[in-house]
Amino acid sequence: MTQTRTDYRLSQLDQLEAESIHIFREVAAEFEKPVLMFSGGKDSIVMLRLAEKAFYPAKIPFSILQVDTGLDFPEVMETRDRWVSRLGVNLVVASIDDAIKNGIIPDAAKISRNRLQIPTLLNAIEENGFTAAFGGGRRDEEKARAKERVYSHRDEFGQWDPKMQRPELWSLYNGRLHEGEHMRIFPISNWTELDVWDYIGREGIEIPNIYFSHQRRVFERDGMLMSETPLNPIREGEVVEERTVRFRTCGDITLTGCVESTASTIAEIIDEVAIARKTERGATRGDDRFSEAAMEDRKKEGYF
Amino acid sequence: MGIDTTRDTTHRMDLLRFATAGSVDDGKSTLIGRLLLDSKAIFEDQLEAVEATSQSKGYDYTDLALLTDGLRSEREQGITIDVAYRYFATPNRKFIIADTPGHVQYTRNMVTGASTADLGLVLVDARQGLTEQSRRHAVILSLLRVPHLVLAVNKMDLVDFDQKVYDEIYREFTQFATKLNVPDLEVIPISALSGDNVVNRSENMPWYSGPTLMHHLEHVHVASDRDLIDARFPVQYVIRPKSDEFHDFRGYAGQVAGGVLKPGDEVVVLPSGMTSKISKIELFDQEVAEAFPPMSVTVHLEDDVDVSRGDMIARVKNAPTPSQDIDAMVCWMTTAPLQPRQKLAIKHTTRNGRALVKDIQYRLDVNTLHRDQETKELGVNEIGRVTLRTTVPLLVDPYSKNRTTGSFILIDEATGITVGAGMING
Ligand SMILES: Nc1nc2c(ncn2[C@@H]2O[C@H](COP(=O)(O)OP(=O)(O)O)[C@@H](O)[C@H]2O)c(=O)[nH]1
Ligand SMILES: [Mg+2]
Repeated sequence: MTQTRTDYRLSQLDQLEAESIHIFREVAAEFEKPVLMFSGGKDSIVMLRLAEKAFYPAKIPFSILQVDTGLDFPEVMETRDRWVSRLGVNLVVASIDDAIKNGIIPDAAKISRNRLQIPTLLNAIEENGFTAAFGGGRRDEEKARAKERVYSHRDEFGQWDPKMQRPELWSLYNGRLHEGEHMRIFPISNWTELDVWDYIGREGIEIPNIYFSHQRRVFERDGMLMSETPLNPIREGEVVEERTVRFRTCGDITLTGCVESTASTIAEIIDEVAIARKTERGATRGDDRFSEAAMEDRKKEGYF
Repeated sequence: MGIDTTRDTTHRMDLLRFATAGSVDDGKSTLIGRLLLDSKAIFEDQLEAVEATSQSKGYDYTDLALLTDGLRSEREQGITIDVAYRYFATPNRKFIIADTPGHVQYTRNMVTGASTADLGLVLVDARQGLTEQSRRHAVILSLLRVPHLVLAVNKMDLVDFDQKVYDEIYREFTQFATKLNVPDLEVIPISALSGDNVVNRSENMPWYSGPTLMHHLEHVHVASDRDLIDARFPVQYVIRPKSDEFHDFRGYAGQVAGGVLKPGDEVVVLPSGMTSKISKIELFDQEVAEAFPPMSVTVHLEDDVDVSRGDMIARVKNAPTPSQDIDAMVCWMTTAPLQPRQKLAIKHTTRNGRALVKDIQYRLDVNTLHRDQETKELGVNEIGRVTLRTTVPLLVDPYSKNRTTGSFILIDEATGITVGAGMING
């Protein structure tokens, strides 16, 4: 038996955990076919951990879904596989290449590969009949997310309408849907980047090792450090060199930059995050930098 | 590479949720921008983007409001139209701000933001003093039983930091607040734009001896706001692993809504009325000695009684009375008015049912507190006292005792939209 508390106070991290577990259980109880969208990054790993805790000792009562962009870091895939086998959870992979092959995405050549995630994901949700999809979005990430509900309604086209959001009061979530609609669920809405790191440290859970400092051959593009990879040919004038780096997010290998860092433990990462002067997305995500409303636009279309 | 489990950065840090309200241009967005900036929750790229936008719009100063006005339509109109959540932390506390719009047509958004708040922060413009809007904001916060209230008298720089202006607003507001349920009130003179009394004590107002806003936010005592007497455990989900290892496992998962639960407690399961004893309480793979709000745990009972989602576990001698007749204050949130005989879906804790509107007793004028008994409907953003008859018994407490077991939402059965928020009287 652990932790008799005489003051009946929960630390903020325990409060966040309790809130997230509550959300997972609500969704499992009220939706016919939920799924957890797994990107391989730290936020989706924290979601997996919370789901594990919410239903223990039963298995997580839903599948996990990953969009295979063909541009994912191999280290991320390895971590994913270890989590999947440890939890005994069912993994559904929606591949962009298959979606192109099967004609689900017309005009694929004209769209950036990063954008192709959206139709691939929406198609997988529709095809599998998923009615609720957990995402690891946090409100501290970006201005458009700051207004998003925990239960975020998507119409038959998978679109988000920021002006028609349902009021969300207390911890009473409204999961009503019409045929063909689905709900995005953000169980870690109230977590900050620092909370996520603290939780990973406290729980002692595995995350992809690219989050920790390592040697990597990189080149500079648009003010970001990008990985050398055949998937992302270098352009004229770009110079590849080996540096000591780590990643702050795990996205598409051709768009996700790394930062120079010697942080090799969670504690060192936390110190770094605490003094970091740029948001994780602003610093290292080419996909969010294009315009001030970049995230809002992608969210409306059905992005995570 | 490794995991350091000994580290303790936010482990003992506690949490304060607060909601902000103010009329358009009182300086709410500026104040939040200032709190974020001074607590270093703003990053370089965010600040740079805002500086660039301010410059391109031809402002002489950095418009901190741009940090928080998130959606494109808001940036274009320069106003805040929806609840936005913001985060910052000081060494001892993490803060979640529900930034709500102040205009009367956004009352529902303010109710939403206030529903989870421990503290309400109402802004007034020192030049204008108390307005109808500020009174309304205080009324809504008190209806939502937000236990702590701060009135921030902003733009003191524009009234020469004059104590008389502050004193007059203070006097007028405390007088008004006696009509409300405001257990704890602080009135703080500030300048959001220049930072006076926000994080740093103002040198311009030596006559003010109270706390700065940040000091107050950091130290206001919220732990005792919960009900730790009346044990309430709404069952969310029944965990049955159906595995060899946990063959007979049957756990009731949920989040404690009130009181303290312990193994050995004599409990009753509602609405069935069956009694049993708590055999153990688990949090993931650990047994815990006690569970209290807002812990999410799994409860086991000694007897094999029938328990399912929507049931409530309470103490035998202290349980809510199941009721199908509900008397509540309802905030109406959609354009088509609420009318007698209307049928709606209702969600209370983990219980779903249907509700019939029996009567609208009165509409509360949130500006004057006048009770209008003539109107027989509630329009959008209006609040009134309503009686409902439900298809299933609800296991309710008065909202004044427990904000979780005393609240519900109403859902339009055709559109699926949340159209009402209710607070149970009693
Ligand atoms: N002089 C002065 N101006 C302020 C102060 N706080 C806000 N303002 C200005 O008042 C205007 C409205 O502020 P804003 O934060 O957008 O108000 P909101 O509508 O309540 O969010 C802006 O021009 C601000 O720069 C203050 O303390 N002093
Ligand atoms: Mg504003």
